[in-house]
Amino acid sequence: MTRFIAAMMVAFIAAFPAYAETKIEEVVSPGGITAWLVQEPSIPFTALELRFRGGASLDAPGKRGAINLMTGLLEEGAGDLDARGFARAQESLAASFSYRAGEDSLAVSAKFLTENRDEAVALLRSSIIEPTFEQEAIDRVREQVLSSLRSDAKDPDKIARAAFDAMAFGDHPYASQFDGTIDSVTALTRDDILEAHAAVFAKDRLYVGAVGDITPEELGPLLDDLLGALPEIGAPQPEAADILIKGGTTVIPFDTPQSVAIFGQRGIQQSDTDFFAARLLNQIVGAGGFESRLMQEVREKRGLTYGVYSYLVPQDHAATLQGQVASANDRIAEAVAVIRDEWAKAAAEGVTQEELDAAKTYVTGSYPLRFDGNGPIAKIMVGMQMLGLPIDYIPTRNDKVEAVTLDDVQRVAAELLDADSLHFVIVGEPVGLESTVAN
Amino acid sequence: MTRLRVALAGLAMSLVALPFAAYAADDGVTTFELENGMQVVVVEDHRAPVVQHMVWYRAGSADEPKGSSGVAHFLEHLLFKATDTLAEGELSATVAANGGRDNAFTSYDYTAYFQRVAADRLDLMMKMEADRMRNIRLTPANIATERNVIIEERNQRTENSPRALFNEQLRASQYLNHRYGVPIIGWRHEMETLDLEDAEAFYDTYYYPNNAVLVVSGDVDPEEVRVLAEKHYGAIPANPDLPARVRTEEPPQTAERRLIFRDPRVAQPYVSRSYLAPERDSGDQTMGAALTLLAQVLGGGTTSYFADKLQFESQKAVYSAAFYRGVSLDDTTFNVFIVPTPGVSLQEAEDAMDATLAQFMEDGVDPEQLERIKYQLRASEIYGRDDVDRIANRYGQALSSGLTVEDVQSWPDILQAVTPDDIMAAARLVLNREASVTGWLMREEEVTQ
Repeated sequence: MTRFIAAMMVAFIAAFPAYAETKIEEVVSPGGITAWLVQEPSIPFTALELRFRGGASLDAPGKRGAINLMTGLLEEGAGDLDARGFARAQESLAASFSYRAGEDSLAVSAKFLTENRDEAVALLRSSIIEPTFEQEAIDRVREQVLSSLRSDAKDPDKIARAAFDAMAFGDHPYASQFDGTIDSVTALTRDDILEAHAAVFAKDRLYVGAVGDITPEELGPLLDDLLGALPEIGAPQPEAADILIKGGTTVIPFDTPQSVAIFGQRGIQQSDTDFFAARLLNQIVGAGGFESRLMQEVREKRGLTYGVYSYLVPQDHAATLQGQVASANDRIAEAVAVIRDEWAKAAAEGVTQEELDAAKTYVTGSYPLRFDGNGPIAKIMVGMQMLGLPIDYIPTRNDKVEAVTLDDVQRVAAELLDADSLHFVIVGEPVGLESTVAN
Repeated sequence: MTRLRVALAGLAMSLVALPFAAYAADDGVTTFELENGMQVVVVEDHRAPVVQHMVWYRAGSADEPKGSSGVAHFLEHLLFKATDTLAEGELSATVAANGGRDNAFTSYDYTAYFQRVAADRLDLMMKMEADRMRNIRLTPANIATERNVIIEERNQRTENSPRALFNEQLRASQYLNHRYGVPIIGWRHEMETLDLEDAEAFYDTYYYPNNAVLVVSGDVDPEEVRVLAEKHYGAIPANPDLPARVRTEEPPQTAERRLIFRDPRVAQPYVSRSYLAPERDSGDQTMGAALTLLAQVLGGGTTSYFADKLQFESQKAVYSAAFYRGVSLDDTTFNVFIVPTPGVSLQEAEDAMDATLAQFMEDGVDPEQLERIKYQLRASEIYGRDDVDRIANRYGQALSSGLTVEDVQSWPDILQAVTPDDIMAAARLVLNREASVTGWLMREEEVTQ
């Protein structure tokens, strides 16, 4: 294996320039809206990604789920079109618009053909700037959200997620699920929806990426038409969250054959100088497909699960390191014990040079594979802007990964991984596991 | 629905169709066959230095011997174990060490393996994939551990999900005599008995180049793919005894079936119905195309007939839909769903859905709606060029499910040629209650009325 990896690194460097040449231009519209653009004229359409920082974390107190419901209503009536009229107009243009609320941002992803770009942008504009929020639509879409919330209440994965977040984040918006609760969503009024719209959609939190058959001269005026009418300022962003979760186990009884566990502890922010060391460490411990230590120990050697993963969750206001596993009720205790052991072992002994080399070749080698379509590249560019990365970051990123040393990873493993503060939330009828007193 | 309106819609279509023509003619697809019978499809896209390498076997769960349900999927897992030259897990580790990712999936009609990696790694991917086509070396320990893994997979996908358990019962009732009634992952009691002999017998019957389709997409040159494919796969002899793909067929279905699945974990009750339906037949895809459009017209989103009547007008439904899965070796299903709004019983919901279906048979297809759907289908050929892996998947799925390259390439035109009359004829044929199963998913405590 080692010989093989060395050969691979050479080949990889040779392949590198092709994607590093991805030419990003900064475009500032006449009206002052900034976008990053990659021109890709070979296919006659454009992918446009808009993101509004804050997203569902801007829900007003007691109004959890308002921004999620508002997002679901954007295409349910806008300008002089009702929901069906809007859908018919969108189909007639063969444009695709998607609107997604998330914890830290609201994302609008649009794709439209060159041949009817102006009409498509006008339609997209009406959904963002002039949604009508008719009471009939609010009530109809609310029922869809409630139906999904009722399902979540019986879904072991969702039950575990809600319990973990509630324990981890105290009174921060992150502590509750952004689609709200049955009670909070039932109580939302049209005024709440209008407030949610005003909280999220503003220029002071807007990030734009565009890839496709469009020039900078065309994109600038398009952005002014689309977004120029937005207010300058939206709702203030939330404060940083205190991460309150402590080590232990929480069992939530639920009559189902397989127990589901979410585990986690404090994590690390993407802006931290040790982030790439942590990224590589996590690759080795739990993120790396079949090769990770957790997958090897829990699945490949013992057959205790179909899948076990850990992942870094660097959110705007809190960073955690989390993971998940699912095993039959009579086997989950062993899976949990193995995970705790691996956590402690990695913290105490670190990783090997060989593991680090393999993780580096994966993390660097997989990076260019992400640049494989207009939509994905537009999303990457928006993500870079939200992290405050420079426009010429892409060709430098893998150097930062390569620069991580074994000492860095060992130090970060000792600082970051803490089996004693790792908390497991288990939903099911686990044999041999009980809730601990703390938390 | 008058002849005139249809003619006008047709005219509008031919005008708009012009800008798309260049793409349909040149979609960057090259196909050929190796001497040992392995079929090869290359889909080019040179914009990013990435390749996806896939091998599709014409062997899925519907090809399993009776009593060994789940063995096709079990074998899929076992193909990541050792060969003569690769250690257990080495294939995936090598892909990861090259920055790539790999996986595999099993369906009723096929099992497929893929890697997605930097384009200059294609040679190595083919070398490893060709190796495990014939050289897998399984141990009893592999069997014992991996059988636990697939049982946990069944726990995760099926046992923990009332919807999945409900769907399993629906399909088992839909098919009276065909293996499509048996779940891909297998019945649990049969999975527990799967052994080394079962896995090896399936492997030694089906894992040969003359039963496989190689699909390579991305930044590759078809000639280079041919040279590499001949080097790695061309060296493997065909199986002269490959069994013909003949399966037991459905008898005439003459009795409507109904079932109720109760589970305390059900949060959102709903009604689901499937009708036995013809699949896309090679060389004769018009019926499949009409059913594809019927599903769109009837239940394909906000502007569909169902949404109009059930979600907007009567508001009996929170959600409604129709689906048709045309790519299938044998008879497939046409499915409809209704999720009632609170306060609407499952009986009322089902009645409302049936009244809507009856009304649709009278109203017929709205030509403007059909024209919008067709325009979107044409546009999807443009958007599709941005995602060649999807085009590759389309070929792999079709060629391992009884369709040909010509069928795949003529499909967009066949869809465009479907008329409202074709759709209504398809609806009359398929929406036949005698060949249907209607299921209610509900909580334990609820009464049925």
